[in-house]
Amino acid sequence: MRAAVPDGPAAMPPEGAAGVAAVAGRHADSVDREARFPVEAFAALREARLLGLMVPRDFGGGGGGLADAAAVAHALAQKCPSSGLIYAMHQIQVACLVRHGQVSAWHRGFLERLAGEQLLLASATTEAGIGGDVRSSACAVGDEPGGAFRLEKQATVISYGAQADAILVTARRSADSPPSDQVIVPVLRGQTQLEEIGGWDTLGMRGTHSVGYRLVAEAGREQILPLPYADISARTMLPVTHILWSSVWLGIATDAVARAAAFIRAEARKRPGTPPPGARRLAEATAGLQSMRGMVRGALARFEEVADDPDRLTAPGFAVAMNTLKTEAAETVLRIVGQAMLAGGLAAYRNDSPYSLCRHLRDAHSAPLMINNDRILGNTANLLLAHRDNGSLFG
Amino acid sequence: MRVLLADSGWLATDASTLSDEDDLYAAGLTSHGSVNLMLALEERYGVEFPENLLRRRTFESIAAIRAAVAGLLDGAPGGTGAG
Repeated sequence: MRAAVPDGPAAMPPEGAAGVAAVAGRHADSVDREARFPVEAFAALREARLLGLMVPRDFGGGGGGLADAAAVAHALAQKCPSSGLIYAMHQIQVACLVRHGQVSAWHRGFLERLAGEQLLLASATTEAGIGGDVRSSACAVGDEPGGAFRLEKQATVISYGAQADAILVTARRSADSPPSDQVIVPVLRGQTQLEEIGGWDTLGMRGTHSVGYRLVAEAGREQILPLPYADISARTMLPVTHILWSSVWLGIATDAVARAAAFIRAEARKRPGTPPPGARRLAEATAGLQSMRGMVRGALARFEEVADDPDRLTAPGFAVAMNTLKTEAAETVLRIVGQAMLAGGLAAYRNDSPYSLCRHLRDAHSAPLMINNDRILGNTANLLLAHRDNGSLFG
Repeated sequence: MRVLLADSGWLATDASTLSDEDDLYAAGLTSHGSVNLMLALEERYGVEFPENLLRRRTFESIAAIRAAVAGLLDGAPGGTGAG
């Protein structure tokens, strides 16, 4: 993957990203109001071939790195956060396949299909009865004759499950394995039955349709990724998730500050020489945004630095850095949107104003909840019993 | 080492049935469990695991743990030879 340079100029979003973000923005209100999948944004993403962005060129993909995917998620989230988050969740699955699937023939073929057909991937990691711990499974990939397996999972959340072309499912390695000895396997739409449980009528992120499903899949054992899920999680899924989700929240914060700034400028034009009352709040929000950008770009650079070193990826110091990015970015986006709202005053509070921040505020409130900050802080606290910070400025 | 593992409750398997080379993660060791295992080893042997040993491989088997602890007791910082 291409390196991100934290202090250099910002990476340009990949070609086509701006056009797709504009499409997402035109439909953002209807996606939010109707709590529906952003079909227009995803048709445009497929058209621009951005779903296969991180698939290597050898497999027909875009050959982009994590910084490119983050830039697209960030651009989308400025216009439609649900689209940005779905894109982020898709690219997390792609990253796992790109980084851990190239050693196996089935997965190489799947990467080609992914890029060629611009497949959309979802994920089923949480499960009823295990208390929300994604590093534990109750279900198992059972052994069937002829190298097949059957899998039944009571998945508490599969975001946009009904729209996905394939779902990456975690399960115990075998019927005799302990809950923590997991594998992850992509199952295709034609191999999977989904029965939806519950609905999705939430405050924000309404387009992600993050509902529960009873999932039953019958597929071939060659589809199981060869590396244990514990390693895939530590080396790829955990850091990539925290970086891409944080990029989405950064997109929300960026647009909130842009709207507040537009409002303040309009006010200043009406009364030149008199600073608008919200101007200081805009300065405060801008400072927060700058710090949040630094967090996300620093984490990207840190990931790229150690991306090919399993020992450094599985060291507690790295997990602490990625976990704290998530919890802190989730808090920061809420603070920034709150400050931007104070800057915009009633114009930001109204639903029917060009400076409205109501959807931003609702979507931002998902950040500490959709992967619960308290759970991650608990994991971080445990890691800190082992981690020894070396105290150096550059790690 | 097996007694320490057996007493801990961090494995889903009876520690006395494990060979030196068996995969402890397949036996139920979690990342949370491996942190507590490290703390118990530090207390038992009077050593301190430096950051470069805190990787998944260090705790993957009884043999790997024994090698790491032996290395620390052999003069790495914190290896006081206790135990």
